Amino acid sequence: MNFHAVQAIYKFEMARMFRTAVQSIVAPVLSTSLYFVIFGAAIGSRITEIDGVSYGAFIVPGLMMLAIMTESISNSSFAIYFPKFTGTIFEVLSAPVSYPEVVLGYVGAAATKSIIIGSIILITASFFVDLNIAHPFAVATFLVLTSVSFCLFGFILGIWADGWEKLTIVPILVIMPLTFLGGTFYSISMLPEAWQTISLFNPVVYLISGMRWAFYENADVSVALSLAMTLAFLIACLLVVRWIFKTGYRLRS
Amino acid sequence: MSAIISITGLNKTYAGGFEALKNVDLEIRRGEIFALLGPNGAGKTTIISIVCGIVNPTSGKVLVDGHDIIDEFRVTRAKIGLVPQETPNESFETVWNTVSFSRGLFGKSPNPDHIEKVLRSLSLWDKKDTMNMTLSGGMKRRVLIAKALSHEPDVLFLDEPTAGVDVELRQDMWNIVRGLREEGVTVILTTHYIEEAEQLAERVGVINHGELILVEEKDRLMREMGKKHLTLHLSEPLDAIPSALSGRGLAIGGDGYDLVYSYDTKSEHTGITALLSDLRNAGVHFNDLETSQSSLEEIFVDLVHR
Ligand SMILES: Nc1ncnc2c1ncn2[C@@H]1O[C@H](COP(=O)(O)OP(=O)(O)OP(=O)(O)O)[C@@H](O)[C@H]1O
Ligand SMILES: [Mg+2]
Repeated sequence: MNFHAVQAIYKFEMARMFRTAVQSIVAPVLSTSLYFVIFGAAIGSRITEIDGVSYGAFIVPGLMMLAIMTESISNSSFAIYFPKFTGTIFEVLSAPVSYPEVVLGYVGAAATKSIIIGSIILITASFFVDLNIAHPFAVATFLVLTSVSFCLFGFILGIWADGWEKLTIVPILVIMPLTFLGGTFYSISMLPEAWQTISLFNPVVYLISGMRWAFYENADVSVALSLAMTLAFLIACLLVVRWIFKTGYRLRS
Repeated sequence: MSAIISITGLNKTYAGGFEALKNVDLEIRRGEIFALLGPNGAGKTTIISIVCGIVNPTSGKVLVDGHDIIDEFRVTRAKIGLVPQETPNESFETVWNTVSFSRGLFGKSPNPDHIEKVLRSLSLWDKKDTMNMTLSGGMKRRVLIAKALSHEPDVLFLDEPTAGVDVELRQDMWNIVRGLREEGVTVILTTHYIEEAEQLAERVGVINHGELILVEEKDRLMREMGKKHLTLHLSEPLDAIPSALSGRGLAIGGDGYDLVYSYDTKSEHTGITALLSDLRNAGVHFNDLETSQSSLEEIFVDLVHR
């Protein structure tokens, strides 16, 4: 294990985050706060409780997940795309590092950022609503698993993308709709029958549902299923990453 | 074992089907300075990239200090420093941070003293806290050299280190390379400046269209270069060298109208006077003459266009 290399990549990436702290941390916190103001305060005042939870509190787990997913993808994809774009990636490719080490460095740093952002959002949320978290350990588990999975996904995206357009189009065209329709702002049970069925094909539903269970013990699907889906996604991403490095896909010609 | 790098039967076919390397065999001796020459697109960067692990070989074997570059990549890559042809930089990082990053990446524990030594030797010490982005092109190149030297490699690849570099910096680079050689580092450089190879290299390899067409001691090539050619334009064509003139290294050219005499400018007796009187005695008349010198550049161009 080339511990120094993992540390070097990790530190380098963390330094990049603190250099761009406004963009990395303040922006997601600000946008989440805006969601609170619009959905929680303005609209939420007209919606009564959902499953015994005030609307403002109801959207907290979803908003947290929303931020983690989008931030994970954008941070991680950028982290690997940028060196590819500028050419500095040559150094990582020529270094005595194995692919798990490269992934550990980049994805580890990106996931750390996501976890920090998720935690900050949670703290921000606690200023807006009363939070009584039922299963703090489960919250932490979902937070970490989702961060790592989506950072891996972002890493794959960053390697696959051969232009800035591709880098931004996937989050906008695929991830945004899935997360918005994933039950952040509503319970799936509030939807008509047909849409409930369709929603079950949206993987994000399971993730958000799991997080909501960890907060309030109410969920659209069973928490075991949520956990299983999260792990399945994580494993799928790991397999793709492994394949990428085995074949050198878009990295080594 | 004298070879620090040993390449056998190396082939590279890029994804599009382009054959960039064809069965390349090359041994680099420990501690030497080796210059790889070749026109644009010859495959110089491809060879380097394969040895360094950036490009996958299609077939063939590469050993670095006896270790296979694929099975034992951790050992081989740790021994190599690479200064690429392009000068990509981590724009928003300071010189110190990028160079320290490289050391870590190559698995070495932090050693500020070594980084300081490297930066000083490259006249970068006063720039250590400067952001890469604000450095000049030549400075950026130095930073890349510093990165490559940060982990104390045994082998240094310099892919066109002096392209687009001013005369002064070029001299500096040469001195740096010589200094590294003193320390026992093996240096492999590619260049388009033949003069650079002449100045620095102990051996020269010429590659063209993916084929290594020559590997030679530079001094031998220089001796070649010392050769001058005297061409006599004859009034009557010759079918063969007259027997009275045989053994002088004469050659016939220009459909028999040219007689070419090659001689060594560095030797005391060029033999020209004797040749001319012999020619008169043999009844060979000429109406004009010219001399030419085969430079390394000419040899190179000649090889490449064969
Ligand atoms: N990634 C790639 N995919 C396809 N072809 C490539 C790739 N990289 C290089 N080539 C081709 O391989 C050939 C050799 O390229 P290489 O970069 O090794 O040449 P070079 O000798 O370094 O040239 P130069 O002096 O211009 O740097 C060129 O024809 C180039 O177009
Ligand atoms: Mg090149």
